[in-house]
Amino acid sequence: MNESENMTREVAAPVRDNAEVVEALNRRYEAGFVTDIESTSLPPGLNEDIVRQLSAIKGEPEWMTEWRLAAYRHWLTMPEPDWAKLDIGPIDYQSVSYYSAPKAGPKSLDEVDPKLLETYEKLGVPLHERAKLAGVAVDAVFDSVSVGTTFRKELAEAGVIFCSMSEAIREHGDLVRQYLGSVVPVGDNYFAALNSAVFSDGSFVFIPKGVRCPMELSTYFRINAMNTGQFERTLIVAEDDSHVSYLEGCTAPMRDENQLHAAVVELVALDRAQIKYSTVQNWYPGDENGVGGIYNFVTKRGDCRGVSSKISWTQVETGSAITWKYPSCVLRGDHSVGEFYSVALTHHRQQADTGTKMIHIGKGTKSKIVAKGISAGRSSNSYRGLVKIEKGADGARNYTQCDSLLIGKKCGAHTFPYMEVKNPGAIVEHEATTSKISDDQLFYCLSRGIGEEDAVSMIVDGFCKQVFRELPMEFAVEAKKLLEVSLEGAVG
Amino acid sequence: MHMLKIDNLHARVEGKEILKGLSLTVNPGEVHAIMGPNGAGKSTLGNVLSGREGYEVTEGTVSFGGQDLLALEPEERAAVGVFLAFQYPVEIPGVNNTYFLRAALNAQRKFRGEDELDSMRFLKLVREKLKIMQISDELLHRAVNEGFSGGEKKRNEIFQMAVLEPKLAILDETDSGLDIDALKQVAEGVNALRSPARSFLVVTHYQRLLDYIEPDFVHVLAGGRIVESGDKNLALKLEAEGYAWLADKHPHLRKADLAGEAA
Ligand SMILES: Nc1ncnc2c1ncn2[C@@H]1O[C@H](COP(=O)(O)OP(=O)(O)OP(=O)(O)O)[C@@H](O)[C@H]1O
Ligand SMILES: [Mg+2]
Repeated sequence: MNESENMTREVAAPVRDNAEVVEALNRRYEAGFVTDIESTSLPPGLNEDIVRQLSAIKGEPEWMTEWRLAAYRHWLTMPEPDWAKLDIGPIDYQSVSYYSAPKAGPKSLDEVDPKLLETYEKLGVPLHERAKLAGVAVDAVFDSVSVGTTFRKELAEAGVIFCSMSEAIREHGDLVRQYLGSVVPVGDNYFAALNSAVFSDGSFVFIPKGVRCPMELSTYFRINAMNTGQFERTLIVAEDDSHVSYLEGCTAPMRDENQLHAAVVELVALDRAQIKYSTVQNWYPGDENGVGGIYNFVTKRGDCRGVSSKISWTQVETGSAITWKYPSCVLRGDHSVGEFYSVALTHHRQQADTGTKMIHIGKGTKSKIVAKGISAGRSSNSYRGLVKIEKGADGARNYTQCDSLLIGKKCGAHTFPYMEVKNPGAIVEHEATTSKISDDQLFYCLSRGIGEEDAVSMIVDGFCKQVFRELPMEFAVEAKKLLEVSLEGAVG
Repeated sequence: MHMLKIDNLHARVEGKEILKGLSLTVNPGEVHAIMGPNGAGKSTLGNVLSGREGYEVTEGTVSFGGQDLLALEPEERAAVGVFLAFQYPVEIPGVNNTYFLRAALNAQRKFRGEDELDSMRFLKLVREKLKIMQISDELLHRAVNEGFSGGEKKRNEIFQMAVLEPKLAILDETDSGLDIDALKQVAEGVNALRSPARSFLVVTHYQRLLDYIEPDFVHVLAGGRIVESGDKNLALKLEAEGYAWLADKHPHLRKADLAGEAA
C-alpha cells in the first residue's frame, strides 16, 4: 500500500473543516500544498496522487476515490477530440491546478473592478446580487445564511434533497453511488472522463416519489454555489411521478481566471417524472480579438428511464470563447418525451458548437428541438444535432427547427443535422432557416424612433421568442438583457 | 412659419441620382398630395426625409420647423415629429405589436425629455387611439405586421401614426391594396388626425383617395423634381389624362420620366 492510499484512509471520515485536513496532509507532503491563510490549492499537474489528494481534501469515502481513479486511468487512454467545427489551441492539462479552495474575494464593492459592476448594472442585477457575483464575501452584504435556511427547511419538509455534490457524497452516499455515472459513464468522452476524475463540486438534487418540488431550484440560492469551480458535477434524480425545475448558472459575467470549464450534468427521470433544466451561460467570452475567455466543454445528458417521463433542456448561451455542448435525452421509457430549446449567441471571435442528441429507444417516444443561433462579428456558430431512432422505437416522432440569424457580413452559421432512423415507422421532420437582420427591419424601427442598438436587440429578442417562452419568467427577462449586453457594438 | 422647407434637394441611391433639385414647402396644417409615375422618386423622397441609410444627399437643404433635418439621425427625426407610413410595412417576427409601439413612443418621449409612459397609461392611450383607427385586439397582440394582410398592415401604420402623434406624416401609398371600405376607414383615420399643427405628405397614384382626404395642394413628381403643382383639380386632370401632357410643358423631361420606371 503506498503512502497516499494510506492517507486517504486516514481522512476518509466526513471531515468538514478543510483547514484541518489540509494541515494533516501538509505534514506528509511538504511540497504538495500551497497553503496560506486564505486559500488552499493543489499544485498544477494531474496524476494519480493528485486525484487521491483531491478526494482526501474533500473527505470522500473510498469508493469515490476509486471511482475517480478509474476515470483518470480511462482518461489517459483517450485521444483528445477534434471533430467539432472549432479552432482549439492546445490545452496543457498539466499546467492546470485541479483544486483551489475558495479564495477570499474583495472585501467590499469598492474593491471590485468598476467595469464589472457597470455590466451588472446594465443587466439590472440587484445590488446585493451584484456584490455576490463579484465575489464579495456574501455574509458581509446580506444574510445569505437565513435565506439558505428558510429555503432548506421548506425543501426538507417536502422530502427534497438539494445540496452540494460534496455534501451529497458524504451524507447521501448510497443515492449518489446508485446514480452517479449511470447516465454519463466515466469513459463517455474525453472531458467527461476528466471531469469524473477531478470534479470539484456541483449540485445534487433528489425528488422522491410523487413530490412536486415546491420551488424552482436555482444555484443562486445554494450556498457556496459561486465557488464550484471549473469541473462541476451535477446529478438530478426525479423518482416516479415527481416534478422539478432547475435553473443553472449565473446571468452575469463571472470573472474566472480559469481557462477550461468541463462540467458534467446527469439527469434521471423515472416513471412519469418531469425534469426541466434551464441554463443561462455567460462565462467570460474573451475580448474582441479572441484573447482570453473560457473553454466550455460540457456533457449534459438526461435519461428518461421511466415510462412517460419527460426531460426538457432550455439553454441560453452567450458566453465563453469556445462552447462545446450537446444536452441530450435518452428516451428509454416508452412514451417518454425529450425537448431541447436553445439560443446560442456568438460575437467577436467566439466559437460555439452546440446542439443536442435525441436517442429514441422506447415506443411512442417524442422529441422536439428548437435551436436558434445568432452570430455577430467574426464569430462562428454551429448547430450539431443527432436524432437517432432505434429499431424498437415504434411510433417515434421528432420535430427539429434550426434558425440562424446573422448580424454583419463576417460571421458564420452552420447546421449539421444528423439522422439515424432504424425504425421505418418513425416520423422525423426538420426545418432550417438562415436570415439576416434586414436593413428594412432596422430602418422600420429607427423610423419609429427606436435607436439602433435597441432595435437590434428587439429584433433578436423576437427571433428568440420561442425559446425564451420556455424559461421561467425572471430568467427570460435576464436572458433578454444578457443578449442586449452581449450584442453591444454588433452593428453600426 | 413653414413646417417643412425642401430646397433644391439632390439625392442618390447606389450611385444613381434620383432626386434632382426638388423643392417643396409645407405649412402647418396643410395636406399635400404627391403623385407621379412609377420610379419617379416618391418613396425615395420619404426615405431621404426619414434618414434611411444608403440615401445620400449631395446638394440642397431640408428645414423642419427651422431645424436642419438632414443633420439628425433617423430615430431623432422620428422624435422631432417626422413619421413615415411605409409603402411596404415590414414584418418583425416575435416582437409584439403593442410592445413595439410602446417602445417607439417611449424612445421618442425620452428623446424629447418627456416622462415615459408606464403600461397603464400606455394602454389608456391605445384604447383612445383605437377610436381613430380600429384594429382588432388580435392584431394588437400579434408580432409586428407578421402575417397581417396587406390592408391590415396599412391600418396598422395609421394606428401607429395615431399613437405617435407626429407633426409631419408622410403616407407612402397607404391607399394601395385597400378595399373600398378599408380605404374609407383609413381616410377617416387620417382626417381625424388632421389639425392646424399637423401636416401631411400623401403619396398616391389614385385620385380616389383624394376624394376622402381632401388635399390643399397636389404636386407631380417626375424626373426627380416637382414639375407641376395645383389644387385638387390637378389630380382630376391626371386621372383623366395621365402624365404624358406634361412633356409638352416641360421639354427637359424625357419620355421615360413620365412613362414610369425612369431609366
Ligand atoms: N435602395 C435602392 N437601390 C437601388 N435603386 C433604388 C433604391 N431605391 C430606389 N431606387 C431607384 O430609384 C428610383 C425611384 O424609386 P422610388 O421607389 O423612389 O420610386 P416611386 O416614385 O416611389 O415609385 P412607385 O410609384 O413605383 O412606388 C427607381 O428607379 C428605383 O429603382
Ligand atoms: Mg414608391
